[in-house]
Amino acid sequence: MTYNTSKLFSGIDRRTFLGASAGAVAATTMIPNFAAAAGSLNVLVWCDHADAKLIEPFEAAHNVKVNVKTYEGTGTALSILEQSAPGDWDVLVIDAPDVPRVAKDGILMELPKEIAPWDTMFPELRDAPYTSVDGKYYAIPEKFGYYGFCYDKRVVDPADASSGDIGWNEKYKGRIGVYDYYFPILQMIGLSMGLKPADIKQSDLAEIRKRLLAMKPNVKVIGDIVSVQNALVTGSVDVIVGGAEFTVSNLIPTNPHLDWTIADEGGLIWNQGIGVLEKSNQKDLAMEFVKWILSPKGQGLLATSECFWAMPANSAAEIDDESKGHLRWDNQSDFLKRSHVSLFPDAEMDAAMLDIWTEFLQS
Amino acid sequence: MTNISVPRERTERPPSSLGGLPVTKWVAYPAFIFSILFFVAPFLIMFAVSFWQRISGRLEATWTIQNYEKFFSKSYLVEALFNSLEVTIITTIISVLIAYPLAYIVAFKVPTKWQRIILLLTILPFWTAYVVRSYSWLLVLSDNGIVNSTMLSLGIINEPLKLAYTRGATILGFVHFFTMLLVLTIYANLIQIPKNLLHAASDLGASATQTFLRVTLPLSLPGVAVGAFLTFVITIGDYITPQILGGNTELLVPQAIMLQISRTADFPMAAVMSIVLMAVVTGLYLIFQRYLKLDRI
Repeated sequence: MTYNTSKLFSGIDRRTFLGASAGAVAATTMIPNFAAAAGSLNVLVWCDHADAKLIEPFEAAHNVKVNVKTYEGTGTALSILEQSAPGDWDVLVIDAPDVPRVAKDGILMELPKEIAPWDTMFPELRDAPYTSVDGKYYAIPEKFGYYGFCYDKRVVDPADASSGDIGWNEKYKGRIGVYDYYFPILQMIGLSMGLKPADIKQSDLAEIRKRLLAMKPNVKVIGDIVSVQNALVTGSVDVIVGGAEFTVSNLIPTNPHLDWTIADEGGLIWNQGIGVLEKSNQKDLAMEFVKWILSPKGQGLLATSECFWAMPANSAAEIDDESKGHLRWDNQSDFLKRSHVSLFPDAEMDAAMLDIWTEFLQS
Repeated sequence: MTNISVPRERTERPPSSLGGLPVTKWVAYPAFIFSILFFVAPFLIMFAVSFWQRISGRLEATWTIQNYEKFFSKSYLVEALFNSLEVTIITTIISVLIAYPLAYIVAFKVPTKWQRIILLLTILPFWTAYVVRSYSWLLVLSDNGIVNSTMLSLGIINEPLKLAYTRGATILGFVHFFTMLLVLTIYANLIQIPKNLLHAASDLGASATQTFLRVTLPLSLPGVAVGAFLTFVITIGDYITPQILGGNTELLVPQAIMLQISRTADFPMAAVMSIVLMAVVTGLYLIFQRYLKLDRI
């Protein structure tokens, strides 16, 4: 059977057809996956917000579809925002120390103070220097934890595990894993040298670099959360430098020999905040989402999310006792007292820290 | 005995039109448009961005070669490039050495009716996700994995061998993947060799080894070259396998690119690294283009 192909295109000249095809392809590629779809809320978040048990109750309560896009690293989030159209995104979860600079760039809207459960929030988070900017709130602390050490209790002495020097301890040569994030690791090394993270200057980096490179011979794996978890569970490493509750709490129920702690010199606090984007077209709904996440129920679900566990910012979070045990809930007041907030690097310092880390990976 | 070259078969030219419509041109346009949209345009954008800078968290079109200078002045970045080349070359060589005999056996020793099934079995691992396959290898190679557990229980070793999180593990993961690809490209080439050439060589007194070395091998080299080139191109740009199996303990260029993008969104620096990788691949193509005969695949 022969088709007369010329008839298939009758009425459409080649130029028109090609133009239309190219236009269709371009339109398809330029439209974001779920940009501003009716009845939907687009949230740019860390992976712990992708848990269905956290999202579905909000969707049901507000008859809305929550589209979740996860990312790692503020740089990635900012580049996604740069490449999106205004209004594409409604909610942003971000490293709390980055909030001031993001707020300064006009990316986040100012939130009403009463949106947050300040009375039940852990005071160290409530009063952290980056929680407000000139008395205004742009993102509310929602979850926090520490950069410390995870270890296998069967082979690692707990006294060794809480020493900031464990990464260099010959006893664990070739048994060390390192969480692949230059920013906290370099600050932890600063802590082990007696420097307060917030006071680390660019002039301190040479010494920190030397100490970091000296750890490499002891290191077996450097990886993201899943990679270091895998190394610890499969017995390839005994210690994870930079890990803590976010690395092993969700593994402890099935691997009771795993544990975590912070250094005797103190841990480094990490803290994520949730805010609403200034260019969102549905700020009210976005603020409802923020309220849900900060509610006792939402906080409990976020703290024990599938992707990673960590402490909720709201101490009234609904969490069962066993899970609280894995999160070391009873140690929090001691941990918080002994821990340090992160430094605020400028772009030049940040780049210098990344250069040192890149050299460490290659060394 | 001299090397035999195969005369080009004469093929009828396809009709240049169908019902008055210039079919051949129409057929070429989608590929042309696809290449422009998804290769040429992104490449030109990436090339332009490589001269920009990220200043105070913002991309600035400053048109400077500083990023290139930075790449070549940082010894650890240049070493990363050499690491990438070493891993890629070793992977390609091992994959070819394993894939060629496999393809040869399937093409010449396995009855035709079984060849499809054998090839299907060969590419079966392709059906599993790349990441899953890499993590599966970890379960085999880790300290309490299958290999170490078995050798420990048999008393062959006293303590686990360091198999996972090494360059060897990275290469193993790559070889597992690319051997399958190479078997297909080499097999496709081998079965195109006219049987009468092999018979003629035999009739003229060539031994099996001589026939292989002077007829089969030269005629199958285009398949080897194409498969090896594909292996090289994909391996040198791969991020997942070194990350999972190599334990990220040595830097390869894709790792360095990801660091720039995911941590500081420094797209200009990431673009420079990508351009350097592309230059390496292009250089390789120019060197080997005379052997890359895609029409033989």
